[in-house]
Amino acid sequence: MAEVTLDHVSKRFQEVDAVDDLSLTIADGEFLILVGPSGCGKTTALRLIAGLEKGTAGTIRIGDRIVNDVTPRDRDIAMVFQNYALYPHMSVYKNLAFGLKERKTPKPEIERRVREVGEMLGLKDLMKRRPAQLSGGQRQRVAMGRALVREPSAFLMDEPLSNLDAKLRVQMRAELKRLHQRLGITTIYVTHDQVEAMTLGDRIVVMANGKVQQIGRPQDVYGSPANLFVAGFIGSPPMNLIRASVMDGYVQAGTLRLPAPPGTATGEVALGFRPEDLQLVEDGPSFELVVDVVEPLGNLVVVHGSTEGTQVESGAEEEEELPMVVGGARASVTAVFAPELEPAPGVSLRVSVAPERVLFFDLRTGAAIRSSR
Amino acid sequence: MTDVDASAIELPAPANERGRSLLFSRWHLVLLPIAFVMVVPLVWMVVTSLQTLNETRHYPPTLVPSSLRFKNYTDVLRDTPFTRWFMNTLLVTLASVTGNLIFCSLAGYAFARIRFFGRRVVFVLILATLMVPFQVTIIPTFLIVRQLGMIDTLGALIVPNLAGAFGIFMLRQFFLTLPIELEEAARIDGASRLGVLLKIVLPLSGPALATLAVITFLWTWNDFFWPLITIYSANNMTLQLGLATFQGAHQTNTNLLMAANVMSVLPMLLVFFVAQRFFIRGIATTGLKG
Repeated sequence: MAEVTLDHVSKRFQEVDAVDDLSLTIADGEFLILVGPSGCGKTTALRLIAGLEKGTAGTIRIGDRIVNDVTPRDRDIAMVFQNYALYPHMSVYKNLAFGLKERKTPKPEIERRVREVGEMLGLKDLMKRRPAQLSGGQRQRVAMGRALVREPSAFLMDEPLSNLDAKLRVQMRAELKRLHQRLGITTIYVTHDQVEAMTLGDRIVVMANGKVQQIGRPQDVYGSPANLFVAGFIGSPPMNLIRASVMDGYVQAGTLRLPAPPGTATGEVALGFRPEDLQLVEDGPSFELVVDVVEPLGNLVVVHGSTEGTQVESGAEEEEELPMVVGGARASVTAVFAPELEPAPGVSLRVSVAPERVLFFDLRTGAAIRSSR
Repeated sequence: MTDVDASAIELPAPANERGRSLLFSRWHLVLLPIAFVMVVPLVWMVVTSLQTLNETRHYPPTLVPSSLRFKNYTDVLRDTPFTRWFMNTLLVTLASVTGNLIFCSLAGYAFARIRFFGRRVVFVLILATLMVPFQVTIIPTFLIVRQLGMIDTLGALIVPNLAGAFGIFMLRQFFLTLPIELEEAARIDGASRLGVLLKIVLPLSGPALATLAVITFLWTWNDFFWPLITIYSANNMTLQLGLATFQGAHQTNTNLLMAANVMSVLPMLLVFFVAQRFFIRGIATTGLKG
């Protein structure tokens, strides 16, 4: 087990900065998530730690060793690949034993560890099969097992669940968390799925365009995103973002008028609020939501609609430079309500949001405007 | 394969539509004459090898021998150093096949996966040699082999054929198609470069290696010109060279020549049958997501 430290690490591919000045400390035993849209550099960061890519700048430490020039085999890490990368010509047993054999582990020790991991992951009866004779979920387990038997100081996982069907993914997600709680091995986990990011991580690192956008505990990243990108990326359905103007201590967005947080400068801002923070109201500061599409999910209902105002794009959807203001007289708004309420399309609802649940972002830089509340 | 092709291709329905269908695919109407043309010389060879010398001179040729004269075969084995030639050829061929498999794998893998200075240039140069006809390189090759003191030895036949541009190119292309994650996983698991090649890449390259082995085998087994230039003594001759000595200036014992030919063709048939199953399908991608 070990701490993993990245110190001003960069990786340039010809003209593109895949990873740009990444500094990060992953504590011993921590489950850290690297999350972001495709092409954000999260996989490259993982491969840098694994030693499969050589960084252009910076130092990487595993434990108290600088590993910049250490080969993957000597970094004492194990990796689970997105497509599992099981050796097709070897049985499950041989797949699991391969890493130990290559390290000249004594045979009885190999047998003991493979059996142990096999039992832990329910692979006992599959030991003689080839990868081609396994289901997707079983292959995934073998891939996990191959990393586990090595008892490495850190696990690196590159979207290990993305090839499973939805049900199995949820199941394996819980299993992964259980395994980590039991073994407590430092884990660095790459995903583009923000549900995985929220549920699995002790901390999550949101990345875009090779740069870190925010590092923090999942609930902190969700509750107070550092910028527009994180606001739009973390959360499903994503945060509503509407252009607003600050004047005389008030914020005006379309028909919604709220008291401005103290210290907000006069001018244009982006106003953000989570879909679940919208509430139906009779009067008071509110705005009109014209329902467009209704998605009942059983435990709740997601309502897509629009309101008067101007949409702000977070950049999370388009991988564009942030922020982006999209013109038009109407802004789309998503709301999440209790399942009893199932409005018909075309109906207009009067909704509001508690002032303390509203976030403000600088329209030019995209950064969150933190009030001293 | 022909069955699949036949069902995949829609031929126009026959003009007479009385439900009279052939017992075999219509493609066979094309394949049968071609097969006939291919088989006749072989059959003729076998038939001639069992005839007397007089029968072979008969015109029109007799395709059914009056008696099966297996004595031709024992005569060849008794009167000529056939066994010696056969062993020479076998040695040269096996050495060439082994050499090609080893060296082309190593070079092909380096060109496919290892980044080194000048990789592209060297690879293009090697490819370019494929375009130079053998006739151009005969004299320099001969001079080199002479410098090595190997003229009129089996070494002259083996050493220049231990590796080839074609094999390097073919294996490189195949290695490039293997999923790189397998190799990365093996490297993280602790395998060295050579370990990755030996334990992961080569076991997954069965079809490519079998193809290269068969091609090299055929090429070396049938090579006539290069042995003709470098080998003088009867003891060091290969089969192809030895068979040529059957043809005298005044008289050729055609029946004995054909008997020798039959025996020299057998190993190739064997190689084809053995290698066939390797060609069926690669399994390299079956360990990835399903």
